[in-house]
This record gives sequence, C-alpha cells and structure tokens, in this order.
Amino acid sequence: MEFFRIKKDIPFMSYGRYTTSISLVTFLFAVFFLATRGLNFGVDFTGGTVIELHYQQSADIPKIRAQLATINLPDALVQNFGSSHDVLIQVPAKQNIAGAKLSEQVVDTLRKQDPGLEKRRVEFVGSQVGKDLIDNGELALILVSLGIVGYLWLRFEWKFGLSAIIANLHDVVIILGFFAFFQWEFSLSVLAAVLAVLGYSVNESVVVFDRIRENFRTMRKAEVSVIIDNAITRTMSRTIITHGCTQMMVGAMLFLGGETLHYFAMALTIGILFSIYSSVLVASPLLMLLGVSREDFIKPEKNAAEVLP
Amino acid sequence: MNQYPLWKYLLILAILVVGMIYTLPNFYGESPAVQVSPMHAGLKADNALLVRVESILKAASLSPELTELDGNSVKARFTDTDSQMKAKDLLVAQLGDDYVVALNLLPRSPQWLASLNALPMYLGLDLRGGVHFLLQVDMKAALDKSLDATASDIRSALREQNIAYSGVSRDGDVLSVKFRDADSRSKGEAEISQRFTDYALNDKEEGGVFLFQATLKPEAVHRIQESAVQQNLVTLRNRVNELGVAEPVIQQQGPDRVVVQLPGVQDTARAKDILGRTATLEVRMVDEANQAVAGAQPPFGDDVFRDRSGKLMLVKKQVILTGDRINDAQPGFDSRTNEAAVHINLDGVGARQFKDATRENVGKRMAIILFEKGKGEIVTAPVIREEIGGGRVQITGSMDAMEAQNTALLLRAGALAAPMEIIEERTVGPSLGAENITRGFDSTKIGFIMVAIFMIAYYLMFGVISVLSLGANLLLLIALLSMLQATLTLPGMAGIALTLGMAIDANVLINERIREELRNGITPQAAIHAGYDRAFGTILDSNVTPFIAGIALFMFGSGPIKGFAVVLCLGIMTSMFSAVLISRAMVNLIYGRKARLAKVAIG
Repeated sequence: MEFFRIKKDIPFMSYGRYTTSISLVTFLFAVFFLATRGLNFGVDFTGGTVIELHYQQSADIPKIRAQLATINLPDALVQNFGSSHDVLIQVPAKQNIAGAKLSEQVVDTLRKQDPGLEKRRVEFVGSQVGKDLIDNGELALILVSLGIVGYLWLRFEWKFGLSAIIANLHDVVIILGFFAFFQWEFSLSVLAAVLAVLGYSVNESVVVFDRIRENFRTMRKAEVSVIIDNAITRTMSRTIITHGCTQMMVGAMLFLGGETLHYFAMALTIGILFSIYSSVLVASPLLMLLGVSREDFIKPEKNAAEVLP
Repeated sequence: MNQYPLWKYLLILAILVVGMIYTLPNFYGESPAVQVSPMHAGLKADNALLVRVESILKAASLSPELTELDGNSVKARFTDTDSQMKAKDLLVAQLGDDYVVALNLLPRSPQWLASLNALPMYLGLDLRGGVHFLLQVDMKAALDKSLDATASDIRSALREQNIAYSGVSRDGDVLSVKFRDADSRSKGEAEISQRFTDYALNDKEEGGVFLFQATLKPEAVHRIQESAVQQNLVTLRNRVNELGVAEPVIQQQGPDRVVVQLPGVQDTARAKDILGRTATLEVRMVDEANQAVAGAQPPFGDDVFRDRSGKLMLVKKQVILTGDRINDAQPGFDSRTNEAAVHINLDGVGARQFKDATRENVGKRMAIILFEKGKGEIVTAPVIREEIGGGRVQITGSMDAMEAQNTALLLRAGALAAPMEIIEERTVGPSLGAENITRGFDSTKIGFIMVAIFMIAYYLMFGVISVLSLGANLLLLIALLSMLQATLTLPGMAGIALTLGMAIDANVLINERIREELRNGITPQAAIHAGYDRAFGTILDSNVTPFIAGIALFMFGSGPIKGFAVVLCLGIMTSMFSAVLISRAMVNLIYGRKARLAKVAIG
C-alpha cells in the first residue's frame, strides 16, 4: 500500500505567499482571542479549590448551591461533570477564607443531606503556588525555545533555527488561541502538552531541513525553490504517516483518557495538525525569505582551489 | 552488508531478556498487606517482632500469604482485604502504642523476582488514591523566634558577667542592647561578640543612651532557615507516623517548602489537623506576684494566657526553654506515687538552661505554653519541687493516663521550628485512582493496536518489524521505569502513549527511505543498508528537540509534570535504541543472509 506516489515535485514555494498569509491571519486571530478573551486558567494557576463528588443518584445542582450558600459560598461554581451523578464544585481563591480546610467544610455540609456521597477528588492550590507555576512555565517556554534555536544553529545554520522556532511558536500561539476562543480550561497538563508540542513539531521541520541540506549537496545546479519543493514533496509521505500514527495514540487519549487527559490530548491534536502545516508551509518559505543558499553548507570550491599553491 | 556480528545479536537479546525480567513484576498486581513498624527510633523491627506478629496472626487463625522482615518494618501479605482489616485491628490491639500498624499494598510478584530487585513501578497518588500536601514554612517566624531566644540569652549573659545594662529589645530583625555608659557598653560588646558569633554588632548613640545593635549575619540567617526546614521535616515524619500511613513521602521542595504525600489516606480532615498543627512550645515562669484580670492589660513584662480549663494565668515574657530543646516526651507513671506522668527528655543546652532555671525557682510554678497559630495555651503549669539536672524532667499532677498521653504527644510533635501552612492539596479517591489506571491503560492499548494494524497493512513485513520494535520499546521503557522505581502518574501514562506515537516516526523514516532507494533502482540489500544509514542522522536530529523540551519540563515542572517529563526523556532514549538497533537486527536476521535478494516485502 502506498498513499503518496508523486511523480513531479509540488511547487510549494510558489504558493508561499498564500500559505504565509493564511497562517498570518490565523495567527492574528489567535492573538486577538488571547487578548480579548484571555485564557481560562485552571485552579493550578489561579489558586482556589476544586471538589469532585460522586452521588449515588442524580445530583440536584440547585439544592447543592443552596446548601453551599448556607456556609457562605453562594458564588461557588457548581456543575455536572461527565455524568449526572458527578458534580464539580469550584471556589476561587479570593472567596476562600478557610484555606485548606474548605473542602472538609463543603463535604461535611453536603453529607448531612446525602450520606452516600463519595469524595472523588479535591484540589486546593494557594495563590502563591499558582504564581510560581506561571513563572516556571514561562521560564520553561523560553528555555525550550533557546535550546531548540541553539541546537538547530549548531546542526544546520542560524537561518534554519530562526525559521523553525518562528514556525513553532506560531503553532503554540495558535493552540493558545484555540484555548482562548473555546474557553477550555488551561491546566498544568495542557502547559506540558504545549511544551511537548514545541519539542515535537520542531522535529517535523528538522526532517525537511535535513532533506534540504542533502539536496543542496546532491542537486548541484538546481534553484533554491526547486530544492525546497523537492525536499518537501519527498518527505511528505513520511510526514503524513508519522503524524497520523502519533495522532492515533493521541486520539485514543482524547476519547478514552477521561477528563484529565482530554484537554492534554486536545492541545496535542491541535499542535500536531498545525505543526504539519507550519513546518512545511511556514518554516520553509521563511527559510527562503531569510535567503538560504548553497554557500551556507558547502564552502565554495574555488576557495579550496585558491588555497592550493 | 546487512549482517550483524554474533555479539551484537546476543547483546540485543540480553537487553531484551533483562527488560522482560524487570517488566514482569508489573503483571502480578498487588495484594492487601499490613505493615508494622516501630514508632520510636529506639525500637527496631527484628526477628523477634516478626515471630511475635506471626504468632498473633496464627492465634487468630489468620493465614497470611507471606510474612517478611523488610528494612525497619514487618510486613504481612493477605489474599483479601477482609483478613487484612482483621489483622490490622488485632495487631493494633496487641502490639500497643510502640508500633505503627498501617495498611499497605504489596506486590504479588514471586520471590525470585524480588531477590533480583525487580519491583513493579511505583504508582502515583492519582492512580492509587491518597493525599498530596504542599506546606510552606514561615521563615520570618523562624528568624523571629531565633532572635527572641538570643535576646533572652544576651540578658542572662550580661547578668552572669555583672555588666550593667538598661534593656534588650527586638525591633524587626535588629536587637538593640542599651547601656548607661560607654564603658559598660564596650565590656558588654566584647562579651556578646565573643559568645554570639552569628551576629554582627555596631555601636550607636541616641540622645545620651549608649547602645549597640546586633543583626544576624547572612550565613547565619541561611543556616537558621535551613535547620528550621530540617527540623520541621523531622517533626512531620513523627506526626505522619502517628497517622499510620504505610509509605509516606516527606520531602523538602525548594528552600522553604515541604511535600507530604500520604498514599491511601482518605480521612483528610484528620491528616490536616495533625499536619497543620502549627504548634510551638515555650517554657516560661508563672508570675505569681500578680493576679490575672479578664479584659485588663497584663502588667509590664507579662503575658496572659488561658490554661486548658479556660482559667487565665499571668506568665513572664522571658522564655526559659523552647520546644526545639525537647528531644522526646513519653507518657508514663510516677515511680513513687503511681500517678500519671509525662517524661520529658531535653537536649544538652536545654538541660543546662532548665537546671539553672529550676535552681533559681524552686517552689514556684512554671508554665508550658503551646502556641498554635499565634495563640498561646498553657498545656500544664507544674510546681518546681527541686533543681532538675540531667535533662530528664517529669511532669505530674491532676492528669489521668489519657491526658498524659495527649500532653506527651503535644510536647513531642508540637516542636516545630517554624509554623507551616498548607498551600496546596490534591486528594484522589481510590475509585477515581482505579478509573485513571484503566483509562490510561486503555488509551495506550487501543492506540497501540491502531498503529500496529496500520503499520502492518502499509509496510507489510517491514511494518511487522516496526511494530515488534515498538513493542520492544514499550517493554524497555517499562523495565527502565521499574528499575528506577520512578513514580507512575496519569500524565506519566500519557507520556508513555505519546512517546510510542512519536517513536514510530523513526521506523516510518527508515521504511520510507528504503522504499525511495528501491524506487531509485538499487538492489534490495543496498536499499536496506542505505535506508538505515541515511535515516539515522535525521532520527537523531528529530529526537534531540523533544528531549530538550523534556529536560526543560523536568527542571521547571512540579509533581505530575515531572513524571511526564521523565517518561518523555527515557522514552526517547529507548525508542532510539529499539527503532535503530532492534529493528535492524530483525531485518538482518530475516533478509541479511540471502546473498541474492530479489524482493523485500515493504508494500
């Protein structure tokens, strides 16, 4: 079986103007939603308390709200979680005077009405912890970006490092844009997924870049755009199949992994889809724009001749 | 050209066998068990305890699958939770207060695996259920406490040397010692600088008052904070022992935080009460010259506290002894009167301070005050009958055995160097934990099967080889995680699934390359060789960048994210090995021998 039997190279570089404008528009949309709606940070970052409860029968949400109002929590967010038996209660940090003791208060109060109640999960995060996490997350993002640029610079050339990291940070911003647009909860595991995507989708660019470098050596007379077109076309089969396989794994997590892994897998899915697009249609045009040439890899031969006496 | 020397095949085989052995324990599952460990450092778990536990269980006709002495505890494994619970109740009743009896889960893997140190992966709290706490140590309080203690020491040092001073006071981080003239100041300064080397002194004159100010040197500040955290760790360990948890984790995280993980604990309210008890102890003299009046300002130099029955009592501000001088406190009985008593053991410095204080105050009352969240309560206020030397103190009087036990517990566990506050809690119920395991396992399994079907359909024989090497990758990754006894969490399981999805990339790269070389018209043998050769550089490059991300996540991540990062990094290493070496070995075995290979099944 073979999906891609492409005889002639696809002239990707001649579409460069369209593809970069498409991604520019997507990027601007993402930035717009990030700026206007912002991320819906989870309790990991904002601080607060999350309590997941399991009732024997269908949970009566208005009654739970009324009970919570009796212990001074009228504004707690109460909603069903997964099924009608499961309830998620969220209390922001600033409404919480009891601190770590709040979860016991809530569970004790609700148990009075319903002794069969099961406490499934409690997360309490103090606001100072959340702040540390945001700082650490930013540091990690910067460190990963610098590490990748440094590595690609060492292995290829600065033009490659720069265009790869621009393409991939563009992926990251788009993932964040999705989370802002749909107001999905941005938790610690989503942050981990975003950083993993950053490392993972660069490898896509690396494979294409590897081919470009090889082509500079083997296709001596060809134009730069022809060389890049050829590299993309010939790695395309691998690109689709690899990402397809990774997506099968991620898709299994998306549908079977439960609530905790759902948004983690969602971030990965968006990341994988956009990394295919960006490494082919953003990184490579950027590389042309930065003026990559054969001389970046192969020292001109006349130099070697000049050295000889 | 596609032949490996024999040693290479053997090496790969050996690695796979080792991987298999260390993966194996994960399949046996775990059985309910009871773990008995000594409560105090003085007691040891030994063969005698093992025999005792065995005979207690035998007498009740409970037959554990296995009893063993492991480190400093005796463990008994059962087939069902019923007999586990029975055994626990029985052991608690018969062994008494000297031992902690905790419920636990023990791997069911056979003895020969355990003797190879092959143990199953350690399941994180989100998979086995339990509580995770992050506590913040109040460093300012630790420093304040140390400064107050020094202020008191300076007073007694000056008095001892007969140097006239007019006052010692603390203002924030600065201690001011006041004198009437320059001469006694210089004498005092010489004395203090010699005794208190942790402090930097500088002179000052304010409106005819001669004083010098003492501030802690930065390295001393650092040391005090360090030891405050250390002491709190020790205290927390003692407190957690009282909870009877099988495998608690108590670790320092960063300069001023402590992580406490209690697997299997569901009663979070009790855990919080015991951990969050931010109690510190002080011993001071009772002011018997004045009477405490409700609502009135206490006289100068006094504080007013309530005792346990609610009665007000005036107590001098000067601290004789702080709780960190108490090594141990045990309930017991007075050997003469047979009254309930608390026996306290002080450390060297504490013993000397206590001896001096009791000599000067025979017949007077001293108060032991417990400070909890800034509020003091008098635990007990006994009369000093005689000078007490040697650091062994006995408190008696109007207590029953239960009260003596409670007081001892408060004295012992109350000795926190600085208050702590819970700033993070994560509790996972056991049913959610079990569900998380199934979810993580199912998504990995389904994902793997889908990838396997696709790869075999698309690449035929080379697909089979790719899937087998992906399986080897999974095997080696789990073996490595088991060997390192890394904690497996739900994000860790996601990491396994993700690395498997990413690892297939190397095989796809190789297979695509071989196809391409074949299309260019070279012989199958040469195509295989060139495919592996040329793909290797790309595989290396494409694995380095996720590795960088993994390391950054490990450095900056907390708890579960760290677990994900560890799996990601290890998975990248095992996938390089299995995709390049193991799959190549299989290809060589299948195709390498045939001198004239006309066709390979690569689809």
